[in-house]
Amino acid sequence: MTRFITSSFSHLILLIGILIMVVPVWMIFASSTHTSSMINMNGLQMFVGDSFYENYLRVLLYQGGFFKEITALKMFFNSFIMATGVAILSVVTSLMAAYALVYYRIKYATLLFWIIFITILVPLELRIFPTYSVMAELNLVNSYFGLIVPISASAIATLFFRQFYKTVPDELLESAKLDGANTWRFFVDFLIPLSKTMIVAMLIFMFVFGYNQYLWPLLVTTSEQYWTVVMGLKMMSGSIVHRFAFVMMSMVPPILIIIVLQKHFIKGVFQDK
Amino acid sequence: MSFLDLKNVTKIYPNGTKAVHETSLSVDEGEFMVFVGPSGCGKSTLLRMVAGLEDITEGDINLDGKLMNEVDPSERDVAMVFQNYALYPHMNVYNNLAYGLKNRGIDKETIEQKVNDAAKLLQISDYLQRKPSMLSGGQRQRVAMGRAIVRNPKIFLFDEPLSNLDAKLRIQMRLEIKKLQQKVGVTSIFVTHDQVEAMTLADRLAVINNGIIEQLGTPIEIYDNPKSLFVAGFIGSPQMNFLDGNLKNKTLSAEGFEIKDIDSDFEGEVTLGIRPEHLSQSENALISLKVELVEQLGSDNLVYGQLKNKKDFCYRCPGNQTIEKGSNLSLNIENNKYYIFDKSTGKRVN
Ligand SMILES: Nc1ncnc2c1ncn2[C@@H]1O[C@H](COP(=O)(O)OP(=O)(O)O)[C@@H](O)[C@H]1O
Ligand SMILES: [Mg+2]
Repeated sequence: MTRFITSSFSHLILLIGILIMVVPVWMIFASSTHTSSMINMNGLQMFVGDSFYENYLRVLLYQGGFFKEITALKMFFNSFIMATGVAILSVVTSLMAAYALVYYRIKYATLLFWIIFITILVPLELRIFPTYSVMAELNLVNSYFGLIVPISASAIATLFFRQFYKTVPDELLESAKLDGANTWRFFVDFLIPLSKTMIVAMLIFMFVFGYNQYLWPLLVTTSEQYWTVVMGLKMMSGSIVHRFAFVMMSMVPPILIIIVLQKHFIKGVFQDK
Repeated sequence: MSFLDLKNVTKIYPNGTKAVHETSLSVDEGEFMVFVGPSGCGKSTLLRMVAGLEDITEGDINLDGKLMNEVDPSERDVAMVFQNYALYPHMNVYNNLAYGLKNRGIDKETIEQKVNDAAKLLQISDYLQRKPSMLSGGQRQRVAMGRAIVRNPKIFLFDEPLSNLDAKLRIQMRLEIKKLQQKVGVTSIFVTHDQVEAMTLADRLAVINNGIIEQLGTPIEIYDNPKSLFVAGFIGSPQMNFLDGNLKNKTLSAEGFEIKDIDSDFEGEVTLGIRPEHLSQSENALISLKVELVEQLGSDNLVYGQLKNKKDFCYRCPGNQTIEKGSNLSLNIENNKYYIFDKSTGKRVN
């Protein structure tokens, strides 16, 4: 009986936590399906109205921005390119950096690693002007390349992969060598498949990181054609329901990525066990 | 020059540990060589230098007439079975076996043929689609062997491959390895710290101590004729009995008895070695043993006790003799089978 009480009590606490997180989101969604006059008169709504299609379609296709030359659809496209680019590039570079750090006989590999690691202490905001001038010199302002590359070196991902590689037994490498595998083959045939779970986790993490960028894209783009969703959130003008609809849609890509990739993620975790 | 030739091979690790001292050794084609010695004596280091997994500090290694010192392990055409098997965890058994062949650009049909043949030989055909994590210890062992066999390498290297198995399986796999090696006929080097394994597997064995080969020979040669105190103590189970003594004018005075007419001109402090199985009971014999414990193995009895001077001593007799705890036995050395070693150097003197 006491067990029942304590467990229902903890469930109650969890339930309250969920409500605190979900209710505001729900209210924004419900409100985004009404007309703006309705919201302006009656405040936020708890129930779904009947302007869903009208509002969402208008937001997606409306030419917004100062110069009215970008649609939300284009922003989603830009954000997707940027987030995917950051995710893939950072995972690939960290995989390779960690490989070099662990498996090559580099003098001071540990020191090098810590130098990479302390870049975590130097956030983008701190180095944003030098980084910008490099991009400007290279004529990469207003390009996807400029959006992606400067934020795609991830010390955290390098740390994770390095720690994982260190747990891979030496005999595996030796055995592979005797089986005729060279450095590249060991990387491709062994380390990548063995770290699949971790790669998927890092892809999700870095995708969300890239998607959420605000300051850097703001600085490195002057053309509205390169606006991203997160920039759009700030810049969007228009009625309150349209902004709500845009907020709702901006949450979709990260959630989608997690849903799509988590299958592999969970499968990987269970296969390794 | 023989098939595998080690000439003055030395290994000094970067931290200064000298694991192998100027070692020379030849292995003939098709021979089963065993390196045996206590843990840390440098057996694995020596084996790994043959594989190319450790750099050779000094000396030369020749395999099949080619100098191997600078040859990459992937180019040496050797196969190794590791203690923990080092199977590829993300590949099924088939791919574990096929991987080395794929890397050599062999075509698919040939690979399939070879893998199936090896699997049949090792009775693992039923598990080809399984991942290593779904196999038992003995099956993993077979897969590791299969991975070595399938490539048909110049030489097999085994680094204590049986030590992760339980006692019964270990004996079974030991037999299978020996049979397999005879069937396939590949030159092999087998590293172990277990002297029974060494004796049963080897065509020839090298007893290694502190990075030096103490003695090289067939198992029987080494058992019958150990050249040093270390080899005498290491080979044979139960261990040889050692007694302190003094040798003068061809007469050995040990604790409580004397042996005359010894075939040696050595004079001074010595250690007398007697194997437990080279003793027999008789009236008024040399050695008097007070029995403390009897281990009945069925075929044999191992009798443990103390001599007059409280020194521990072991005697092995046929299992049909009944020996009472606490009784006194009078023992003779059969056929003068005793070994005398210089106490200071450990070298054999008789
Ligand atoms: N990578 C290494 N660095 C330094 N010393 C080592 C290394 N590997 C082994 N040793 C030392 O070399 C000696 C021989 O080791 P090893 O060949 O592994 O012995 P065994 O296989 O006979 O047990 C030991 O004293 C061990 O501590
Ligand atoms: Mg070893």
